[in-house]
Amino acid sequence: MILQALAFYLFAFIAVAAAVMVVTARNPVHSVLFLVLTFFNAAGLFVLTGAEFLAMILVIVYVGAVAVLFLFVVMMLDINFVELREGFQRYLPVGGLIAAILLGEIVFVGGIWAVAPEVKGALTEKVPEDSALTNTEMLGRLLYTKYIYLFQLAGMVLFVAMVGAIVLTLRQRPGVRKQKIGEQVRRRREETVELKQVRPGEGV
Amino acid sequence: MWEIGLAHYLTVAAILFTIGIFGIFLNRKNVIIILMSVELILLAVNINLVAFSWALKDLVGQIFAMFVLTVAAAEAAIGLAILVIYFRNRGSIAVEDVNVMKG
Repeated sequence: MILQALAFYLFAFIAVAAAVMVVTARNPVHSVLFLVLTFFNAAGLFVLTGAEFLAMILVIVYVGAVAVLFLFVVMMLDINFVELREGFQRYLPVGGLIAAILLGEIVFVGGIWAVAPEVKGALTEKVPEDSALTNTEMLGRLLYTKYIYLFQLAGMVLFVAMVGAIVLTLRQRPGVRKQKIGEQVRRRREETVELKQVRPGEGV
Repeated sequence: MWEIGLAHYLTVAAILFTIGIFGIFLNRKNVIIILMSVELILLAVNINLVAFSWALKDLVGQIFAMFVLTVAAAEAAIGLAILVIYFRNRGSIAVEDVNVMKG
């Protein structure tokens, strides 16, 4: 039990500290790397709650895909980040104030909140107490049966996002010479080669 | 202290959520950091869902967290694509320069 508590405090502390660094780091590349650290530690928290599949998905999707995407964009765009940091001090008080108010409200709500007794009866997918199934198996059995339409819908969302990102960033640049296989194969000797009789001493 | 309960996870999620909001205010000009702050906020939501799923011994929370993750990934891809074409057209990503549609 004490080991679990220590692991929880370690993951939680590093996640929060890294999240603070994400929003305050001077260099956006460092921000992205701290974001990766935050996600790793959040995955650790997920493992502690027994949600192993989600933890692995978090590492694969966020660290492997989203963070790398951010890193690509940060490094690809030639941005003057010093200019973008102007007003950092100016926004600090109002941002801090709003964050403090928000946190206070959340704490108030959390302080008086309790699970209603009816909720226990309304739960639909109870985890069996002595199940031999792993977390991944249980999630899969649920996801591919009861939530199959939502699962397909999630796939559609990702597909639309992919097509949208490609359509948005694709551009036709003028003056770029590309291979046109059809035209290249269709060329005939008569259209492209011309024989000239050049008399001596005269030039073409 | 050594008994980790639901409240501990909710506290971490609340702090992460607040940091995300704080980041949006702090980096008013840099769209990339704003997108990262949105990711932090969604991560806080996911921690909440997973924590409740664990506390109530119910799997639906994890299923829902997975869908949130899907939407977050799609949002990051589209957001960054918009950012790239915006930078290509205007040569800047400052939020204040986004005023073409202002009346």
